[in-house]
Amino acid sequence: MYQKKTQLRIRTPEGICFTLEPASPLMRFFAWSIDFLVIIGVSLFLQQFVFNHIVAAAPDLSNALYLFMTSALYLCYAMWLEWIWNGRTLGKRLFRLRVMDRQGLHLQPSQVVIRNLLRVIDSLPLFYLVGGLASCFSPLYQRFGDQVANTIVIKLPRFKVPDLTGIGEQKFNSLRSYPHLIGRLRKAVTPAEADIALQALRRRDTLDHRERTELFDRLRDHFKSKTTFPEEAVRTSSSEQYVRNIVELLYCTDQNENNHMVRFGQDKKNH
Amino acid sequence: MILNIDKFIAEERPNWNELEAFLVRLEKGKKAHFDLEEIQRFHYLYQRTSADLGRLMTFSAEPETRGYLENLVGRSYAEIHEPRKARLGKGLGRLIFKSFPQTFRRHIRSFYLVLVVTLIGAGFGGLTVANNPESKTTILPFSHLHTSPDERIAREMEDKGEQLSGHQAQFASSLMTHNIKVAIFAMGLGITFGIGTLISLFYNGVILGAVSLDYLMADQGAFLTGWLLPHGSIEIPAFLIAGQAGLVLAGAMIGHGDRTPLAQRLRAILPDLMVLIGGVAIMLIWAGLIESFFSQYHEPVIPYWLKISFGASELLLLVFYLTTVGSSSRSHSPSHPPAVGTVTQVVTR
Repeated sequence: MYQKKTQLRIRTPEGICFTLEPASPLMRFFAWSIDFLVIIGVSLFLQQFVFNHIVAAAPDLSNALYLFMTSALYLCYAMWLEWIWNGRTLGKRLFRLRVMDRQGLHLQPSQVVIRNLLRVIDSLPLFYLVGGLASCFSPLYQRFGDQVANTIVIKLPRFKVPDLTGIGEQKFNSLRSYPHLIGRLRKAVTPAEADIALQALRRRDTLDHRERTELFDRLRDHFKSKTTFPEEAVRTSSSEQYVRNIVELLYCTDQNENNHMVRFGQDKKNH
Repeated sequence: MILNIDKFIAEERPNWNELEAFLVRLEKGKKAHFDLEEIQRFHYLYQRTSADLGRLMTFSAEPETRGYLENLVGRSYAEIHEPRKARLGKGLGRLIFKSFPQTFRRHIRSFYLVLVVTLIGAGFGGLTVANNPESKTTILPFSHLHTSPDERIAREMEDKGEQLSGHQAQFASSLMTHNIKVAIFAMGLGITFGIGTLISLFYNGVILGAVSLDYLMADQGAFLTGWLLPHGSIEIPAFLIAGQAGLVLAGAMIGHGDRTPLAQRLRAILPDLMVLIGGVAIMLIWAGLIESFFSQYHEPVIPYWLKISFGASELLLLVFYLTTVGSSSRSHSPSHPPAVGTVTQVVTR
């Protein structure tokens, strides 16, 4: 049930596809825990600094208002913040999550209201057990409130340059002389494959010699099956060197490469 | 296609930044107004970034840039292609004098079903207590109803409402919050294809029927009416309307005779659910106030005729309100909003 990772792909009328990646129930639970703490904090603040001051003058009214306001806070906290912050509460902001319409459109007030009202069902019997189970069985990790309101909670991506520190010192990349093959390689390799090669280089020192050789041999064969570079460019490279060259070609833009070289230069000076 | 990624990013980055600035402006203030020139520029940037994303799609080894562009295109898409108007804060007046009674009437068949189920429950509860008066301790959840009606009335008359003195507001508040949660629950149980909603309404009917018959058999009809009618004339219909909302939800889930996809059916009824439950919340706030400050005071504090007249007037006004208010204007019929983009789920791993 839970291992399957589903993305929501939306094709715009212009013919362009973009994907939304649903946030896992665990991430959502963490975000909710933050929100819950905020609600408790605000309730305590109200009790301590507002209602305790008027309780002497009007105890009945004070207790009534406190009861009403804490219930309203519990029901309306997420509603209000998701409306004014485009699908985000404090907890969701912290964990880079966002509630979105399932069609990728804007959240409507009715969607915000209904998904939050149905917390009454999802939070049963304790700690969102019903909602948690529902989201585990849903391909887009939707709790009942999300399913009725047609919303999903997504992870917001960051735009960052890949961190290439730790892949080893690189003086010369013999494959760089073949730009047309580099283009072909970049087209053929999936992000997951590129990431596996990068992780292998990062963790190479934790492997023993035999495993390390075997791993890089297999990676070399795999990347060779994707794009074949001329024999003279790869003849003198070890498997590990070949994979390192591939990773550099996949990840390094010129800018990255310069930064990379600067970093190496600094490392050398430090040493 | 072979693309010089570095050159591509360097050339296009200013446009992406400009589009992002537009998006931040739009997302910060929902009422951000653009002049025509800005709108045209925004649309141009959206199309250009979409084209960039299309070009980059073939470069699977550029996941970060692609993710960033997908994010920009997705956010812009939401701004440009949203066909629905976001309506919040159109006013309580609109809800009370237009939307709520209109929506109630639009789904009147669900209300009738709810009414019938509650009445069957009431009949069942009444018959059970009539056949076996001892069963009320099992059926009724409130301990103060387990004693005989005569005992309770004697105690209340002696007490003259002193028991609640100084706590009326707190009592009203707890009634409101509890009842609103129960009403939301009844609506939410519509996701069980209405079975949960109908069970909860049936049980409410059982309680109502059991209590009513218990008091009627003890010849305490005046007390019962004077006690229940002032707040019950609003509270009971409020629960029925919450159940009606639950059945509206169930109807969308079942989709009998409607060939549109489930997601679109649910999307179409969401505004109606919000309006119905909003109206119910207002009714329950009123009912909570009346129950705490009026219903709990009996003769000799407040004469029964006054309480019964008040409750009957409320009920008549409510019937008049729900059946006639807002009927002059054209009522909005729920429609399935058009799906502008194509949505698919992709299982990656």
